[in-house]
Amino acid sequence: MKALSIENLKKTYANGVTALKGVSLDVEQGDFFALLGPNGAGKSTLIGIVSSLVNATSGDAKVFGVSIHNNRAEAMSMIGLVPQEVNFNQFERPIDIVVNQAGYYGIARKVAHQRAEKYLKELKLWDKRNDLSRNLSGGMKRRLMIARAMMNEPRLLILDEPTAGVDIEIRRSMWKFISGINERGTTVILTTHYLEEAEQLCRNIAIIDHGEIVQNTTVKELISQLDVETFVLDLRAAAVELPEVEGFAFRRRDEMTLEVDVPRDRSVNPVFAALQHAGIEVLSLRNKTNRLEELFMRLVDKEAAA
Amino acid sequence: MKSVSWVGLQTIVIKELTRILRIWGQTLVPPAITMSLYFIIFGELVGRRIGQMGGLDYMDFIVPGLVMMAVITNSYANIVSSFFGAKFGKHIEEILISPLPSYIILLGYVTGAVSRGLMVGAVVLVVSMLFSDLQIANIGVTVLVVLLTAIVFSLAGFINAIFARKFDDISIIPTFVLTPLTYLGGVFYSIDLLPEFWRNVSLLNPILYMVNAFRYGMLGVTDVPLATSLTMIVVFALILGGICLWLLEKGVGLRS
Repeated sequence: MKALSIENLKKTYANGVTALKGVSLDVEQGDFFALLGPNGAGKSTLIGIVSSLVNATSGDAKVFGVSIHNNRAEAMSMIGLVPQEVNFNQFERPIDIVVNQAGYYGIARKVAHQRAEKYLKELKLWDKRNDLSRNLSGGMKRRLMIARAMMNEPRLLILDEPTAGVDIEIRRSMWKFISGINERGTTVILTTHYLEEAEQLCRNIAIIDHGEIVQNTTVKELISQLDVETFVLDLRAAAVELPEVEGFAFRRRDEMTLEVDVPRDRSVNPVFAALQHAGIEVLSLRNKTNRLEELFMRLVDKEAAA
Repeated sequence: MKSVSWVGLQTIVIKELTRILRIWGQTLVPPAITMSLYFIIFGELVGRRIGQMGGLDYMDFIVPGLVMMAVITNSYANIVSSFFGAKFGKHIEEILISPLPSYIILLGYVTGAVSRGLMVGAVVLVVSMLFSDLQIANIGVTVLVVLLTAIVFSLAGFINAIFARKFDDISIIPTFVLTPLTYLGGVFYSIDLLPEFWRNVSLLNPILYMVNAFRYGMLGVTDVPLATSLTMIVVFALILGGICLWLLEKGVGLRS
């Protein structure tokens, strides 16, 4: 069954800007789906329409087969949304924010309090439940929005850049929480600018640019399209001469660092053989950029060039 | 969906009442102080020189109008600041993404605003007892009129909040429309004192009907027939309620 089925969704704002030019997209039940795109590509508009914050110009979206256009209430009862910007009342306490959110979904206060305890504890906010929300740190505010979105225990959880601006430790704990939610059966749609995040968490991916889907496939399939990977080599001593190996391009990044382009269908062994032959000792080796990031840039650049 | 609506309504009302009581220093105390000053200055000091108005002591005459003025101002102010604040802070999105129907959202906010109007009206009534020993002539009419009036101005405030884009926009209507209409709505004088032309102009002021219907309920006297006043108030409530629901359904000012 499809958790989300978007059919020819178009959106032109009152100022004449066309944000979506007929987007169609399917997300299977249980999927962990990444929706990527540069700023202004139409991601937030798409999420806004699905969560009923933005009116579509035409087209429809179905949540587990229920049209957001014809049966908004039922469709919305199955969605949880973590928006990009902090949008809770900062003069309220976290406990009130999450309990009230449950109330808007018809969940009785007793049950709401039980769920609030469960999710605030899981997201390490229970000790802060009675503090003023404005006094929470940036990471805590992000986690509070996740807890709030979980209060109706949605079948489809949409996260719009949930880890923007949070430190790596909190980001990893959030990944763990969201992965756990997905493993328990909730379909997750994630937009992010951290492509490492998408590569690690998601199974399927769509890239949107200028209001159109330019790629929609599995993460594995997308990464297999990468024909060249660039590695960075940190050296023990400055290399006097660059090694020459057919099919591999070496470049000097600085005195102590080299870069080498390795075709995807070639072994890395000749690179090391050449380095050893040249007497160059390598201390460490790493990818120049995240693999998905390279593909993303190529796809988006291709669109811009077109 | 019935239980969703009921629990959702309860949630909005609890949230609104919590807000009103949390900031009681801004919501309940100022009207008591302002109205005490009105009673002292207009009722005691100026009123003694005026004598009688509409066959009543001037202090007794102005009590219903001042109670009504507090109810109007506070029901309007509550909804316009609460709903616009939610819009401005974007936490209105918490409700907009939920399955709650538009009429429940409206009913929740109106109930909160009416509650504040009634709370403040009760506070002003208690304060008035320090200055006047008037008896309520018809409790049923009094309660009905104050309730309907609070509903009308809650709905009007809701429309203001929907169209407001910045904080200045929520003070324009109260300053340039509501306050003049209230002062000219027979709070401090009987329209029988006015020349015929201005008396007829006054009849176009909706607040006149509310003040007079309330005065009838409290004192048993009115410049306008009760049935006319009640009809006008109900018609205003229905029209404004219809506009609010239409705006919410369309998402005007809320959904882009």
